[in-house]
Amino acid sequence: MERHVLVVFPHPDDETFASGGTIALHTRAGTPVTYLCGTLGEMGRNMGRPFFATRETLPLIRERELREACHHLGIRDLRLMGLRDKTVEFEDPEQLADRIFAVVQEVNPSLVITYYPGYAVHPDHNALGAATVRALQRLPKDERPVLHCVAFSPDCRQVLGEPDVVLDISPVSDVKWAAVRAHRSQSDVMFARMERDPVFRRQREQWVRTESFWTYPFADEVKP
Amino acid sequence: MGPIQSDEVQAVLNRFAGREVYLHLETTNGAYAARDANTMAICAYIRNGRIRYHRGSICGTGPFRVGLKTDDGWVYAEGLTDWELDEQGRLLLAGHDADGRLAIALELSDTPFRV
Repeated sequence: MERHVLVVFPHPDDETFASGGTIALHTRAGTPVTYLCGTLGEMGRNMGRPFFATRETLPLIRERELREACHHLGIRDLRLMGLRDKTVEFEDPEQLADRIFAVVQEVNPSLVITYYPGYAVHPDHNALGAATVRALQRLPKDERPVLHCVAFSPDCRQVLGEPDVVLDISPVSDVKWAAVRAHRSQSDVMFARMERDPVFRRQREQWVRTESFWTYPFADEVKP
Repeated sequence: MGPIQSDEVQAVLNRFAGREVYLHLETTNGAYAARDANTMAICAYIRNGRIRYHRGSICGTGPFRVGLKTDDGWVYAEGLTDWELDEQGRLLLAGHDADGRLAIALELSDTPFRV
């Protein structure tokens, strides 16, 4: 059992899609989870189906959805960084690392979960993942929490190899579905496509059975 | 937000003409578009640009086009399908695809948009 888990992702719904089952397994085991969420996904393209959000109401709606998803996942400590969607990579990386480092020092996690820098498709994913690595690098290796990274770029398995952490999340698949549904503005389109596309449906159903992570190999640690 | 009524939008465009207003202009095909190897992810936006136009027009039969003629140039948007005059008096115009996903937005306000 972990002492405390810190999750760092840039957009409301990243926590659910990337690691919702894993988070639920930790909170069910009684481990406190802190979620540091970078932005409110202000520039998202999905607006619900039929659409019910506008560019101006989307951040308010997504914050509400995020709080509901956190409730389902058992996250009791949600912290909003107040960054803006699509702009994370343009911020000063040292300052981003400072803010993540402060939370690491405060909650003293034994495990941190974020995106694998360079292998997470969206520039915000890669930038916040890199800032998390930068923050954890400041700790001496015997005080550093384990870092599990989520990767899904087309080349990730070719370059990184197979993920070393593959979790069976089927005991909490209903929790993950509830969190996905809570992010309604973002998941409506996905559910509609699942209705009409059986291949896509099978692919998405895999999302609630297993979640995979790569343990980040810090330069000063012995690689497994 | 609902389907554009071009005469109503035209009336609002006329009201914003002739004074400095805040502009949000955006187009996007989604951050994940590049997962399809034949597509690039494309997005551009300006938030809280300040413009003054002396002629603003909406054209077409849907999807619609809007052109704002300024002293020094133009602001242009194509593919607009829906609109709203929100409770803060801001003009919100957007173009949505068949799945309701936003592809383009053009918005005007007398006060800065939230950043």
